[in-house]
Amino acid sequence: MTLTAALGPLLLFAVAPAVTGLANRAKSALTGRRGAPVLQGYADLAKLWRKGVVYSRTTTVLFRIAPVAAVATAALATWLVPLDGVSACVSFAGDLVAFAGLLALGRHLLVLGALDTGSSFEGMGASREVTIAAFAEPALLLCFTLLVVATGGLRLQDMLGVPLAHAWSAASPSLVLAAAALFMLSLAENCRVPVDDPLTHLELTMIHEVMILDHSGPDLALLQYAASLKTALLGAVVVRVFAACLPLPPAVALAVLLPGLALYAAGIGIVESGVARLRMQKVPQLMAAAAAVAGFGLILLLR
Amino acid sequence: MRPVHELLLMLVVLTDFWVLGTGRLSSTIRAAACQGALLAMLPLALYRDASPHMLALAAGTLLVKAFWLPRLLTRAIREATDRREVEPLLGFNMSLVLGAVAVAVAFSISPGLPIPGLRSDLLVPVALSTVMIGLIVLTTRRKAVTQVVGYLVLENGIYVFGLSQAERVPFLVDVGVLLDVFAGVFVMGIVVFHMNRAFDSLDTSNFAELEE
Repeated sequence: MTLTAALGPLLLFAVAPAVTGLANRAKSALTGRRGAPVLQGYADLAKLWRKGVVYSRTTTVLFRIAPVAAVATAALATWLVPLDGVSACVSFAGDLVAFAGLLALGRHLLVLGALDTGSSFEGMGASREVTIAAFAEPALLLCFTLLVVATGGLRLQDMLGVPLAHAWSAASPSLVLAAAALFMLSLAENCRVPVDDPLTHLELTMIHEVMILDHSGPDLALLQYAASLKTALLGAVVVRVFAACLPLPPAVALAVLLPGLALYAAGIGIVESGVARLRMQKVPQLMAAAAAVAGFGLILLLR
Repeated sequence: MRPVHELLLMLVVLTDFWVLGTGRLSSTIRAAACQGALLAMLPLALYRDASPHMLALAAGTLLVKAFWLPRLLTRAIREATDRREVEPLLGFNMSLVLGAVAVAVAFSISPGLPIPGLRSDLLVPVALSTVMIGLIVLTTRRKAVTQVVGYLVLENGIYVFGLSQAERVPFLVDVGVLLDVFAGVFVMGIVVFHMNRAFDSLDTSNFAELEE
């Protein structure tokens, strides 16, 4: 394990709220508003952290586990990704499934926590979250399959690391398609606009926001931090797929991650300002489109 | 770097998926227009030694498929009240899946086809998948405009296939095909327009109720 490999996740932990802030700022700028400062997320977290917690008497321990589990799973998944483009801190054959599984575990516990409140709104949000995830996960694994076939490695370290740089010279169209599909999926995983609107506050239409409605204080801070960490993490995966086209030394690759994440956040802002939110029935269609794009990339690669 | 024509062919398949996945009529027409523009660039990218034949083919395709036909269809649905494909015979998700299967089949059978003088080994699979996706759109959608777009996509597939032999096909044949498509879509545009007047809808299932 190298120094840069260990620094990568720490860097991502530090900048995560800023990525969300930047996405919101880009959206504001494109819709003619000034918007909150990029660093607003940190202030919000600090404010929430100082507040007290209120637990409903109907909730059980599941409700209290959810925020911690959300942060923990996202943070664990971060260690699997080779953020410096060479090596990840934790790496073993098949860790791509562990990556998808950790995200799924976090979502699962969050959904359980939401159901635990007994609120009908939270139940609706939970059911939507699971429905969308059921479509998003096969598409995510299809994207990973594409990367596995392109690089010949079964570890994220290979799929997003040095072998990917070689794959770029041979199979660039497939990789562009994979990156595009991953971007579409990241919008769904992060509950951004075509799938869910993070700014809406109407319980009937929310997905992620409604599931965290009953959390307060530090718990809410943890959940918000977990959401931004997931955004930054999937953004980093998309950035790694693109950045691998030119092989860089680890330290430089780690530095490139920051402007890459800024571009990713700007991309989210552009999508959010240009596209209306899809109706709930249309969301699986978006996921199917992402899967079709990734599948086409895979076909191009296998031919 | 990959040659430009491979990129263009890839984008052609992506516009196929666009046609399959979208329900808004104006969006399907736009997808067909984009595909037409891509196809116009294709002969220039494939045959670098720009002969007058290729230049004329590209210009004609651009004019007809990217500008005239989309404008014609847009005008035909100008007065239409229903701007969406509401209930296709096959859902959008299923047609996307079927489209992906069609692409997979096209890519798996095309290496077995003995076709001489190919400029790119992507030409035949892309042509076949575009034809199949055009057929899916043509048969599973209810609105007349989407069916016309399906017909256009199908014809685009045949055009891509023809490009693989473009050096051997006389110029007149190319122009004839282009004219045929233009006349066909022209007539269909008029039909769509009058259908909208008569039924106040673009749903072709209304035709089943025609009686003396």
